[in-house]
Amino acid sequence: MHDTELELNERALKAVDKKASFGEDVDISRYKGEEQGIERINKADRKKLLDVGVQEENRSGSYLQFDNSVVEELQLQKGIEMMSIQKAMEKYDWLKDYWWKAVEVDQDKFTAYAQLHKPAGYFIRALPNSESKFPVQACLYIKSDGIVQSVHNVIIAEENSKLDVITGCAAGEKTKDALHIGISEFFVKKNATVSFTMIHSWGESVVVRPRSGTMIEENGTFLSNYINMRKSKSIQMYPTSYCVGRNSIARYNTILVAKEGSKADIGSRTILRGEGSKTEMISRAISTGGEAYLRGDIQGEAPEVKGHIECRGLMLKDKGFICSIPELKASFKDSDLSHEAAIGKIADEEIFYLMSKGLSEEDATAVIVRGFLNVEIKGLPSLLDKEIKRTIETSLRSVL
Amino acid sequence: MLEVKNLDVSVEGKKILHEVNLKIRHGEACVLLGPNGSGKSTLMQTLVGNPKYRVDKGEIIFKGKDITNLLPNERIKFGLGISFQHPPAIRGVKLIEILKAIINDEEMIRKTAKKYDMKDFLYRDLNLGFSGGELKRSEMLQLMLLKPELSLLDELDSGVDIVNLELIGKAINELLKKDLKPRFRDRSGLIITHMGSIMEYVRTDRAFVMLKGSIVCSGNPEEILESIKENGYEGCVECMTQN
Repeated sequence: MHDTELELNERALKAVDKKASFGEDVDISRYKGEEQGIERINKADRKKLLDVGVQEENRSGSYLQFDNSVVEELQLQKGIEMMSIQKAMEKYDWLKDYWWKAVEVDQDKFTAYAQLHKPAGYFIRALPNSESKFPVQACLYIKSDGIVQSVHNVIIAEENSKLDVITGCAAGEKTKDALHIGISEFFVKKNATVSFTMIHSWGESVVVRPRSGTMIEENGTFLSNYINMRKSKSIQMYPTSYCVGRNSIARYNTILVAKEGSKADIGSRTILRGEGSKTEMISRAISTGGEAYLRGDIQGEAPEVKGHIECRGLMLKDKGFICSIPELKASFKDSDLSHEAAIGKIADEEIFYLMSKGLSEEDATAVIVRGFLNVEIKGLPSLLDKEIKRTIETSLRSVL
Repeated sequence: MLEVKNLDVSVEGKKILHEVNLKIRHGEACVLLGPNGSGKSTLMQTLVGNPKYRVDKGEIIFKGKDITNLLPNERIKFGLGISFQHPPAIRGVKLIEILKAIINDEEMIRKTAKKYDMKDFLYRDLNLGFSGGELKRSEMLQLMLLKPELSLLDELDSGVDIVNLELIGKAINELLKKDLKPRFRDRSGLIITHMGSIMEYVRTDRAFVMLKGSIVCSGNPEEILESIKENGYEGCVECMTQN
């Protein structure tokens, strides 16, 4: 079933210099792999954690990682397992069967690095027929300078289960230049539903290269929400869903603000392999001077598949860019794949209209931008929906 | 209440209004008639301060103050209100957000929305996919909450069925406090209409006729409308040349 450690290492070794398909190249050797020794969580850290949704109430589990050390692993609900990946490896021999099954170990130098250096990371599993009452939270935090934070996560939703995960990522004040490599492998079993909400707030000090893959079985649903409202030094990711089961569904929502100096390259890819499987990708990007690529890729490989990419961009300055790159591939005559993209500025007519209702120009702009980012996310618990809206709201002030 | 003096307005370098003169008294409901493209909406947009419409000459005096160079929101704060013929749709912005910006009283909003059959629209994207009647009702609802001293009502009767027209007529009457004796009315209105259908529901005090960017006639609304119905706006053109 699984590849041996030796086989994986061999494949990884061959890929240590393999550049990623997208994003600027990164010299990993510039960063130290070992951790710096963890200090206590101070006030400034706590504030940053709060910003990315880390809280003590209304959670069914919690995982906190500082640099490469596990700071907290809490399981708070029966039926919903949450532990560090090391602990899970010791506990479950079968975990090997999931290891590098949704992401290729030799995809690029980043996956290779994660294989060849013992990574930290979390393991979340919803047992069959169980449902997370509250979201399970995971937080990856970089506190030191000049390090690689390497993470390998496995998330499993067993048959008929329902799991909500919120993850927040940020860096502390001392961090000037660091690298985050995050491997996440999701397994959504028959009739299971997983929502995964990721709030990135890495800032101008961290190079970020997540590598995520999701296997979705029959009637399974995977919902991915990505929110990044802060400056991003350099971030590139192209999470991929494999809808292998009949009528399985993958949905991606992306909300991105590219501030001046930001380089963000965010994609969503779904391989529709199961008959009648579906996918939907909705992206909203604002550039206030930064660079943003929004990629979308739907590969239809089965009959009666359906997919749609919707991308909207708003340029607020004459600097930076938003680039929308959709790709569609259909292989059967009854496929239904489509994309639409629109990039523009705020219409003067809309500003004037709101001003003629009594709003100041600044308020009118804020209302329109807020509306632009107001993506209606289907199937998300209202608690999470509110948290996302709050995150956007608090960050919006710094955007405008 | 409002005095427009020798107003010249151009849009993108093209002159639209010439020497417009118009007066609306305290508590008075006036109607502005004219064929399509005569400049009625241009006048409305200029009165509320749309930056696309440039005032080349003349002034707009409202409540004794020159408002020609004020920003739209400053004019609204000063007592002006407008309902547009073609309000733009704004994605992601809910109608209720705008209503809350107008008046911070959710109960009042709900009550008024119910009255104008707009309750189901409060959490819909602003004007997105609204029908003709729904657009006008939404604009009217905003004005009902704003309660401006002078309401500019642009073509509320175009693209609207009879049921909506009746409802809108009722709203205008309430807005302009038509139930009070004339001397107690303290709200004024300028109602733009192409065919005058709204006049069956709202009694107006005076009518203006606009042709090719100028006010060419004013007088008793019923008389003027009757003459337009009989002879069309061509009759107004003829009447002008006779003078």
